[in-house]
Amino acid sequence: MVEPVLLWRRLVGAQVRSQLQYRTSFLLDLFGSFLISFIDFLAVLVIFHNVPQLGVWSVREVALLYALSSISFALTDLLIGHLDQFPQKIRDGNFDILLVRPRGSLFQVVASDFQLRRLGKAMQGVLVLVYALAALHLHWTVGRVAMLVVMIPAGVVIFASVWVIGACLAFWTTDGGEFTNAFTYGGNFMAQYPIDVYASWLRRFLCYLVPLGFVCYFPALYLLGKHDPLGLPRFLQFASPVVAVIAAAVAGTIWRGAVRHYRSAGG
Amino acid sequence: MIEVEHLTKEFVVRRGRLRRERHVVEAVRDISFHVERGELLGYLGPNGAGKSTTIKMLTGILVPSGGRVTVAGLDPSKRRVELAKRIGAMFGQRVQLWWDLPLIDSFELLRHIYRVPADRYRTSLQRFRTVLDLDPFLHTPVRQLSLGQRIRGELTAAMLHEPELLFLDEPTIGLDVVAKQRVRDFLVEINRERGVTVLLTTHDLGDIERLCERLLVIDRGSLIWDGRIGELKERYGRDRLLIVDLERPVPPLEVAGAVVERVDGPRQWLRFRGPAADLTARVAAATRLVDLQIAEPDIEEIVRRIYAGER
Repeated sequence: MVEPVLLWRRLVGAQVRSQLQYRTSFLLDLFGSFLISFIDFLAVLVIFHNVPQLGVWSVREVALLYALSSISFALTDLLIGHLDQFPQKIRDGNFDILLVRPRGSLFQVVASDFQLRRLGKAMQGVLVLVYALAALHLHWTVGRVAMLVVMIPAGVVIFASVWVIGACLAFWTTDGGEFTNAFTYGGNFMAQYPIDVYASWLRRFLCYLVPLGFVCYFPALYLLGKHDPLGLPRFLQFASPVVAVIAAAVAGTIWRGAVRHYRSAGG
Repeated sequence: MIEVEHLTKEFVVRRGRLRRERHVVEAVRDISFHVERGELLGYLGPNGAGKSTTIKMLTGILVPSGGRVTVAGLDPSKRRVELAKRIGAMFGQRVQLWWDLPLIDSFELLRHIYRVPADRYRTSLQRFRTVLDLDPFLHTPVRQLSLGQRIRGELTAAMLHEPELLFLDEPTIGLDVVAKQRVRDFLVEINRERGVTVLLTTHDLGDIERLCERLLVIDRGSLIWDGRIGELKERYGRDRLLIVDLERPVPPLEVAGAVVERVDGPRQWLRFRGPAADLTARVAAATRLVDLQIAEPDIEEIVRRIYAGER
């Protein structure tokens, strides 16, 4: 279990070192991605200042949801966002190279093309989180702190699973980028708001099929000590880690099936 | 080392925009062959004949549609990861090294990917540094290497974990004569000195002639030759072409020991067997010769002759 993590660190470390060689260009990239994040943050502030209430949610509570989802998503984006370029690897046949090495193919795809500059995107979430926590005056219990610590990795795993499943499309279509984006970037957008504001068909889709409700909505209910406006069972508020494990298992299975469909490119 | 029985790979190709028609293309059709440990085997065929598809099935990249493959006692597509530790692969047109990193860093990463113990890695690398003369560019980023240098790096990368079996897909493509020779010397060395089994695909007949005893020829998905290289040349490669440029266009020459295959203005192609000197003398006696060259049959030509079933 430890060894793959060390190898991941080594592989990613080598890429980060080479990215840092062009220091100016790296810093500009990082700053650019931070700036975009910051503008997003301003846009959120504008909304929050003009809309006092979203259903039963106060603006500050929505800000917390928004922040936690953004952070999970940004971390996912940092760790595996380069899966967006995966269809290219399929098209040019460079996926072959990974398959003749004695390591899992998904592990290798995830450990290549790492881009540290995506870190800039996490800033926005952190800013909103600071704002929300300052405004909410939450009563911190051990349970709530634990929830905060667990929900982010669980959220990352759920987002990552969706992302991996989306990337699998490339094995059949060799280019399904935009369709996948609807679920990854689109999924982030959906998870940032309380799911009870959505129409019921969309809500069910978000809860059960693409389990984005577990990234933020359910754990946040617990953090805020709120009654579920949807009246769903309370255990769902603690289910995120389990859902994350299931999502990861499903994604792993689909990936393995998809690799057997790989057709490779060129003579 | 390699056992292939009735191996087949079909691809489904869809054509048309609205009403998608399904076409099944057989990239590899009912191929069978065996390779013993320690062989250096050539796998030859025109572009698109199915060479790479075969190699990809042998290395576990592609799942066969039919037939049976065993490599080093394993079923490649089912035991891919396990097999990968025991084989090396180099694809001449793909880059397995890390583009932005110095060459040595790629080796270091591969050492960890393959879990090569540090001392084994050191001796192994030391040897490749000498044999392939890597030192001048060991610390250069891969993207700055010449093609020849990069291929030497790729070969090292494929061999660092000391595989029993090495697959090479077009290893000399695009290389100049000197670089080609270096790669060939290296392959002979690892095959003779270390007993590594090598399977080499190429469409360069020169690679095959200088390296391989045994040769497989594939065309349009089917194996059309499995035997010794000497025998193949004896049967299909003895005829050469004498290409002569004459002073002016004339009707096809009639000289003993040669047949005119093609005429294009003042240029004529004469197919012959045996020494070229006598024939050249006869042509010079028959007409005024401006220039001449001799062409060895290339792989396309040999494949064509195998099909024609000629002797």
